[in-house]
Amino acid sequence: MSLRIVVAVKYVPDATGDRRFAADLTTDRDAVDGLLSELDEYAVEQALQIAEAADDAEITVVTVGPEDAKDALRKALSMGAHKAVHVEDDALHGTDVIGTSLVLAKAVEHTGFDLVVTGMASTDGTMGVLPALLAERLGVPQVTLLSQVSVEDGTVTGRRDGDAASEQLQASLPALVSVTDQSGEARYPSFKGIMAAKKKPVESLDLSDLGIDASEVGLGGAWSAVDEATARPARTAGTIVKDEGEGGKQLAEFLASQKFI
Amino acid sequence: MAEVLVYVDHVDGAVRKPTLELLTLARRLGEPVAVHLGPGAETAAPVLAEHGATRVLAADAPEFADYLVVPKVDALEAAAQAVQPAAVLVPSSGEGKEIAARLALRLGSGVITDAVDVEAGEQGPVATQSAFAAAFTTKSRITRGTPVITVKPNSAPVETAPAAGAVEALEVTFGDLARGTKVVSRTPRESTGRPELTEAAIVVSGGRGVGGAENFAVVEALADSLGAAVGASRAAVDAGWYPHSNQVGQTGKSVSPQLYIANGISGAIQHRAGMQTSKTIVAVNKDPEAPIFDLADYGVVGDLFQVVPQLTEEVKARKG
Ligand SMILES: Cc1cc2nc3c(=O)[nH]c(=O)nc-3n(C[C@H](O)[C@H](O)[C@H](O)COP(=O)(O)OP(=O)(O)OC[C@H]3O[C@@H](n4cnc5c(N)ncnc54)[C@H](O)[C@@H]3O)c2cc1C
Ligand SMILES: Cc1cc2nc3c(=O)[nH]c(=O)nc-3n(C[C@H](O)[C@H](O)[C@H](O)COP(=O)(O)OP(=O)(O)OC[C@H]3O[C@@H](n4cnc5c(N)ncnc54)[C@H](O)[C@@H]3O)c2cc1C
Repeated sequence: MSLRIVVAVKYVPDATGDRRFAADLTTDRDAVDGLLSELDEYAVEQALQIAEAADDAEITVVTVGPEDAKDALRKALSMGAHKAVHVEDDALHGTDVIGTSLVLAKAVEHTGFDLVVTGMASTDGTMGVLPALLAERLGVPQVTLLSQVSVEDGTVTGRRDGDAASEQLQASLPALVSVTDQSGEARYPSFKGIMAAKKKPVESLDLSDLGIDASEVGLGGAWSAVDEATARPARTAGTIVKDEGEGGKQLAEFLASQKFI
Repeated sequence: MAEVLVYVDHVDGAVRKPTLELLTLARRLGEPVAVHLGPGAETAAPVLAEHGATRVLAADAPEFADYLVVPKVDALEAAAQAVQPAAVLVPSSGEGKEIAARLALRLGSGVITDAVDVEAGEQGPVATQSAFAAAFTTKSRITRGTPVITVKPNSAPVETAPAAGAVEALEVTFGDLARGTKVVSRTPRESTGRPELTEAAIVVSGGRGVGGAENFAVVEALADSLGAAVGASRAAVDAGWYPHSNQVGQTGKSVSPQLYIANGISGAIQHRAGMQTSKTIVAVNKDPEAPIFDLADYGVVGDLFQVVPQLTEEVKARKG
């Protein structure tokens, strides 16, 4: 039987751009170009490798995001995923992580899955908790923050390099995994892949398709609120000296003046 | 007065510093009640009490070590049900954040991660967060349920505030999902004898400019002269020169020390995301145009192999 893999990918503002907040204190999506979160490329890559190792597998990429989020899906499809699901609804604007996990859980259930693969964290919200929330909602094991992962005979195994220890983990399918940027470089889409992606199916869903009431999501449905966002004052220009043979000593003088030595 | 749950991060009862910082923050919101899971509660309790814990709820079971995350969520949920706290504070580690999020969902509450400060507000706790690689500072609030907030290390001072801190047994029943993900084996990270990266007052980091694994000795020597932790950029980690556990940045550790010294690091946005909130930043780089100098309180344009050893000698001389 075919292994059904669903990869959750996020469309984010480019981190190298001038990211900021809009007037309603949500992410300003007009200020900077968007793209597939770089950390989710690792999730797509691991899904592709797991699929290649399986006899028969199908990869669906899912995103919850605005119209332009299709770009993120196209990128994942051009890397080799088979089909895509795009959840888009005006009512989603300003949804918090609890609400996003609800929508993603419904979308993943709608698609059907044996394995859900996510990135370690988005590059904009950077919370790193959506995978755990999704596992909680789906009622499947969470096998997260993996730097190495494999699937064999209905079992997921992987290595989680934590703060205090490196752990070898194991769980039975269906399960959810998240992978880190240590899991292996993501492939570049080939020209053939880019052409093929144009013909791959993208299913569009809105909240009513998923049986979610608009009051459960969006800024209004959020269980947390941002009251204030202020640009961090630019750091005041420091002293920059050129090393003319005494640079180390000058630096020591500065550290002493600041009472570090 | 309302009680505030503090999740204790510890190794066999040795309480890690971020937990003591949480107790400081918890006292601003109410009476801290510590939740200690796994072995060592009797060892931890006096330390927790000294820093303000009025009670220590303790549970020990093999599940906490043998299965990932969920058993701890079950226990915290039981504690929250028993205490009906005004808030729950959890240290912001990878695991801490996962525990906090699942707990919040079960309690029907919102969650805020990576706070760098928490204060009491009229409508409940107000959390300060850094956003977009620390280019912005936000103030947020939970609007539904029991606020669950994870807090980064070095966000508050450790303060002594003696309280009773008696150990009480916490009754935990594990749910169906608790044994879902088995920890088959665990290899503890080797101790370097240096301070913990996220907790250190001073961090000395090396980047691609260090040029090789063996050259990291230059960075380590400076770190040791200052009693500092050693960090590395992703370029240095990807090259295999230094362990990933020492990586500073978006996909590594986020640090906020009193002093950060960047050596041979250009200052890419993803690196800045992990160190920009450091109090004082010093950079050594041979390229005067390197973006790291935009952040630096003091910078030396020069070859790190000249500057850093000279600095190390000078530090040693001054410290006598
Ligand atoms: C600066 C900032 C701070 C925020 N702080 C909070 C907060 O404290 N509390 C709160 O509730 N919300 C917060 N949010 C909102 C939150 O980021 C969004 O709700 C978001 O959809 C989920 O969180 P994340 O991006 O941090 O996901 P993470 O948990 O970091 O994402 C992990 C993985 O989940 C998957 N994923 C995440 N989002 C999507 C998506 N939309 N579609 C498909 N897959 C996805 C990806 O695989 C990703 O790699 C914040 C947003 C920003 C921009
Ligand atoms: C999704 C994503 C996540 C990332 N996460 C992280 C992260 O967590 N941490 C991180 O650090 N990066 C991260 N990066 C990578 C980041 O973009 C940069 O590539 C990286 O930080 C560069 O490291 P570097 O400054 O050491 O190397 P370079 O940018 O190559 O800089 C080396 C510097 O050393 C200087 N130099 C060379 N020789 C000497 C010498 N002898 N003396 C003095 N100076 C010298 C050079 O002038 C140069 O400025 C991430 C990237 C992405 C896309």
